[in-house]
Amino acid sequence: MDASFPHKSQITFIDINPAQGANGPAEEQARLQTQGAPKIDERRRVLITSSGDWILESLSDMDRKLDEFVRHIRKAVIQWDVSALGRIDSAGMMLFIRYYDRLQRQGCLLDIVGASPSHERMYQLLRQYMPEFVAARPALSSRLLRFFQRLGKMTASSLADFTAFLSFLGENFIIFLLALRHPLSIRYSAIVKNIEEAGVRAMPIIALTSFLIGVVIAYQGAVQLQKFGAHIFIVDMISISVTRELAPLITAIVVAGRTGSSYTAQIGVMKITEEIDAMRIMGFDPLHFLVQPRILALMIVMPLLIFFADMIGIMAGMFISNIHLNLSYGEFLRRLQVALEVKHVWIGLFKGPFFAWLIAVVACFRGFQVSKSTESIGRYTTISVVNAIFLVIACDALFSVLFTELGI
Amino acid sequence: MNAPVITVTDVVTRFGRNLIHDRISLTVGQAEIYGLLGGSGSGKSTLMKEMVMLLFPQEGEITVLGHQLSTISRTEAALLRRQWGVLFQAGALYSSLTVAENIAVTLKEYTDLPHDLIQDIVRMKINMVGLPAHAADLYPAELSGGMVKRASLARALAMDPQLLFLDEPTSGLDPVGAEAFDQLILKLRDLLGLTVIMVTHDLDSIWTVVDRFAVLGDKKVIAEGTLTEVRANPHPIVRDFFGGERGRIRSQNGKQS
Repeated sequence: MDASFPHKSQITFIDINPAQGANGPAEEQARLQTQGAPKIDERRRVLITSSGDWILESLSDMDRKLDEFVRHIRKAVIQWDVSALGRIDSAGMMLFIRYYDRLQRQGCLLDIVGASPSHERMYQLLRQYMPEFVAARPALSSRLLRFFQRLGKMTASSLADFTAFLSFLGENFIIFLLALRHPLSIRYSAIVKNIEEAGVRAMPIIALTSFLIGVVIAYQGAVQLQKFGAHIFIVDMISISVTRELAPLITAIVVAGRTGSSYTAQIGVMKITEEIDAMRIMGFDPLHFLVQPRILALMIVMPLLIFFADMIGIMAGMFISNIHLNLSYGEFLRRLQVALEVKHVWIGLFKGPFFAWLIAVVACFRGFQVSKSTESIGRYTTISVVNAIFLVIACDALFSVLFTELGI
Repeated sequence: MNAPVITVTDVVTRFGRNLIHDRISLTVGQAEIYGLLGGSGSGKSTLMKEMVMLLFPQEGEITVLGHQLSTISRTEAALLRRQWGVLFQAGALYSSLTVAENIAVTLKEYTDLPHDLIQDIVRMKINMVGLPAHAADLYPAELSGGMVKRASLARALAMDPQLLFLDEPTSGLDPVGAEAFDQLILKLRDLLGLTVIMVTHDLDSIWTVVDRFAVLGDKKVIAEGTLTEVRANPHPIVRDFFGGERGRIRSQNGKQS
């Protein structure tokens, strides 16, 4: 009962008639093959004595010792003395049974001596639940084949993923049409709550990132423009690049990481705790109650965040120009009115709802894909953010080409 | 009662200002199936968590296998932790590992047994708890409730523990599954000489498997002993427990084991 320190498990192998056992294993093998099975009394005789506790903590190298010994034994007569054995647990007994069976398979005659009733009981118990010998599953033969198998599986699963995404979009569109017919059914309070969470609370981090972007652009531009003595064009550079491209992109990336991931995790947890099922049972369509407010909230708040990022980015540029190029604030603002056509700002803001829609739709879709295990929340949250950022950048590239071709 | 394995002496537990246990004492004997009973919020799960060192009581002493838990050293605690298995209420299988990997995890971590021996032990445990062989390669999310309990029991038994703690082992199982699980625990106790501590409020389990039990209520142990001893106790909580509609029906059928 007490947790006394286990005695080390021990085993000894003694050849009783070394005259024959002295032959090397290879000779022994050869002799057996030429003569066929020897008569009982001609066989090699071995006494195995095990002692100590055969329990998990003390078994360490027993398997290696037994393996070394058993490997070379064929058709021997073996007496296995277990009378000095102390405690034995299922691991120890399992080890015993494995080698007992293996020796029998190798044609040995085995005689177990000195087993106590508790050993017998453990033996019976394990025999009863011994796993049947399971044939190994056929492995795929070559690496090449395995590569194609994986490729095929991945292709099939991404196609299935894509169709599921399309049907999710379709369902959402129907919900949107229904909402247009019954505008009062839209969950305005949920939208306002999401605007606060995704918009107002995101302002500090958006301010910080766009300020740093403004600083970087101003610094890099200043060095180049100084070479030409074209200081004043720093204003054109900062204002156009920030409003048209950088502010929307940076804002979208921050929002994808911050809000997109939380949307996926929120919906995923609700899926695991069966809240989603509970909503369906009560007739609350989760697309209407969970997804639509999130999408609408993000689409409303994104242009506002972009405008906020525009201001902070330009302000940072103005600040750096003043320090680095001695451009006064007044001069900067006068140049800004000339340089920055308002269409650049509009284009930047126009991208906002599109980015927002992509982020929200992907995040909610991935949230619904979360399955029963907690691990899948993490996996789908990662996938959701990666997908959203990729789609935002792809969409931005599309807009760039489109607006340039249209001459806007 | 056999030699004591766990003794709980004057334990006081508070969560903030909320008193859970008010000087409770009980004793669990060797190779016993010991039940902890009580209504919801009576602190039976808390008491079990204190026995396995997940929580520590504010006052009093718990002795497990001769170790005093309040003064136990790190190395002793590590040794002690290998001598018990715990079946959590929701299974608590690691969701990123298959059933076989879940069972093998302590064997891999704490022993240097060869890989194929560990696999054999794992398959044996899977057989022993009555799981089908193909369950070994499934992930916890793919198992039914009863299979989760059985897989979790197999994991608790992986290291051949002397002590087995079960937190509501039959909750969430259908009557047939619950009955089978009770029988399984009885059989394992007889075969392996385990001492089993189970938190339960399943009346059938109390009738069929539990040898002795304690009823917790009013922050105290209000009754302890065998079924006949406890039923003789006049305390109103005990009377409510066994005198309720379900308790009465069960009592008419008598003890069947």
